[in-house]
Amino acid sequence: MTSQNVSADDAADLYPEIRDKLLTPAEAIRRYVRSGAQISIGGFTINRNPMALIYEIVRQRIGDLHLVAHSNGQGLDVLVGAGCVRLIEVAYGGNGRFAPTCFRFRKAVERGEVLVEDYSNYQMTLRFLAGALSVPFVPTRSGLSTDLVHRSGFSAELREELATADEAAGRRPRTPRKKLVVTSDPFDGESSEVILLPALTPDVTIIHAQHVGDDGTVRIKGLTFADLEQAKAAETVIVSCEEIVPRDWIRTDSDQNCLPGFLVDAIVPVPWGAHPTACHYFYDYDPGHLNLYRAAAKDDDAWAAYLDEWVYGPPDHDAYLARVGGDTLARIRADSVLGYTPGLDRR
Amino acid sequence: MSDHSDSAARPAGPPAPDAPQPAAPGTYSAREMMAVAAGRLIKDGDVLFAGTGVAMLAAAVAKRVHAPRAIVFFETGGIDPTLTELPLAVADPRVMDGTAMNSGLIESFSIVAHRKLHTIAFLGAAQIDRYGNLNSTCIGDYRAPKVRFSGSGGACDAGSLASAFIVFMQHGRRKFVETLDYLTTPGWLAGGDSRRRAGYARGGPLAVVTDLGVLEFAPDTHEMYLHQHYAGVGPEQIAENTGFELDISRATEAAPPTEHELRIIRHDVDPQRLILG
Repeated sequence: MTSQNVSADDAADLYPEIRDKLLTPAEAIRRYVRSGAQISIGGFTINRNPMALIYEIVRQRIGDLHLVAHSNGQGLDVLVGAGCVRLIEVAYGGNGRFAPTCFRFRKAVERGEVLVEDYSNYQMTLRFLAGALSVPFVPTRSGLSTDLVHRSGFSAELREELATADEAAGRRPRTPRKKLVVTSDPFDGESSEVILLPALTPDVTIIHAQHVGDDGTVRIKGLTFADLEQAKAAETVIVSCEEIVPRDWIRTDSDQNCLPGFLVDAIVPVPWGAHPTACHYFYDYDPGHLNLYRAAAKDDDAWAAYLDEWVYGPPDHDAYLARVGGDTLARIRADSVLGYTPGLDRR
Repeated sequence: MSDHSDSAARPAGPPAPDAPQPAAPGTYSAREMMAVAAGRLIKDGDVLFAGTGVAMLAAAVAKRVHAPRAIVFFETGGIDPTLTELPLAVADPRVMDGTAMNSGLIESFSIVAHRKLHTIAFLGAAQIDRYGNLNSTCIGDYRAPKVRFSGSGGACDAGSLASAFIVFMQHGRRKFVETLDYLTTPGWLAGGDSRRRAGYARGGPLAVVTDLGVLEFAPDTHEMYLHQHYAGVGPEQIAENTGFELDISRATEAAPPTEHELRIIRHDVDPQRLILG
């Protein structure tokens, strides 16, 4: 099983319009993801997580990350479990039926290995949207009088430290001094309260798409989750993809496209790049691997062995896929009409 | 547009003579009963914000039995799927099967909050209090929790913005508690009109469906009371499994699942027993 049809050099020759942006997973992470960065990842629980790039963050032992997330289950759990993350702003650390609460996430929080601050899915999506629109905050009524409003996961001292460090580096604080603000609706007087949520502008957003044109245009098939808000809010956007497709093809039906190439900094062709999560029209999630993951993630020694076998061991995604095996990949290959794999044994 | 104001008056007694055959005691599981009891709270034309697990069974059964025009949608952006195969997460690609549209979180929450729709959300939680407030975040101190759960996800949003929500819980004193360790999702807050005063224009919990019975909320105080107990479960048993004082004086026995409902759950909805177990 070969995940790359052509080498990176050949690809650059094949696709001259995006040759400066075409990178391997290792190159993209080395170039754009630094220890201490604030990052966001695309997908949702068991669907379209940019796993090949996440594995590469782990392989390069990048640490102290500040992960800003809604429900990025599988990717979040691998990053947290591998010790890459220090701070998490999150709505949901679960993975559907495969993990009511993600196992490595739960252990890390209970052991105090990561600091967590909670929001809701809508709140996090609104915060990315505010970042994308270059406004400093966004109002909502979701969460009034709850502990999402009353309790801050990060202490006042930590907030001050983070904000001061960013200001000293000449940038707007990525973690504001307040989690959020409850105020009265300025149009409706005192009768009605709203929550103001601070915008998010992550250093890097990493998403996985089905198609990227050889002009850089991005097409995501199926649910987009909050990928587009996350991408448009970020300083740097890395898009991994199943296929590079011709400009003529992707521009024929541009209604289906979701990001123009000029918003994308790195393009990483990596087939099966979301495994073991699903990628609509290409493959389903891999229930066997997610069950194996669950069993490993419950136990510290088994987890260390999992990381060795599946992440540190394989030097790249091709080697990872070889370990997954062609028979497994064939079993989860999606029906080209339905987009998933009907009748797949998901027990 | 549907109206849930009369849901407390839903018939609970023995079925009419021409009604479908009720299943015999001991031939169905608590989970099947939960799915059926919750499914009966769904009306034709309701717009349902669905989670996974038993909630998914409830929606799928209701659509096939008595509410074919109920619309199911997911916070991830799948709007009105067929539910031909059971999704195992709200981002399962099966939530995209035959949809009206596939979108994203922003679009989906604009449907939850839509002022012209009657939207009903299905939620689960680790803890619930007498006013139907939910904790799905942690046990113990928030910054150094004894047990960490998944967190809100879209639950706080659905509880804040939907027209009503239905809660699924296993019954037990550690789950039905006097005081939540963390208030993730707003129910009736402190009861009475406190939810409205907090700034919520609508919404609130409609019912709590457990493995023992169905609980609802008094219209004035918004305190939880026992509405129905399942066959073979005594109201006192439910009170004993509740960590706060529970009014059981109004409880009636819930009608058991019909053979038809069970056949649909077992053969059409969850043939791999992914959720039924």
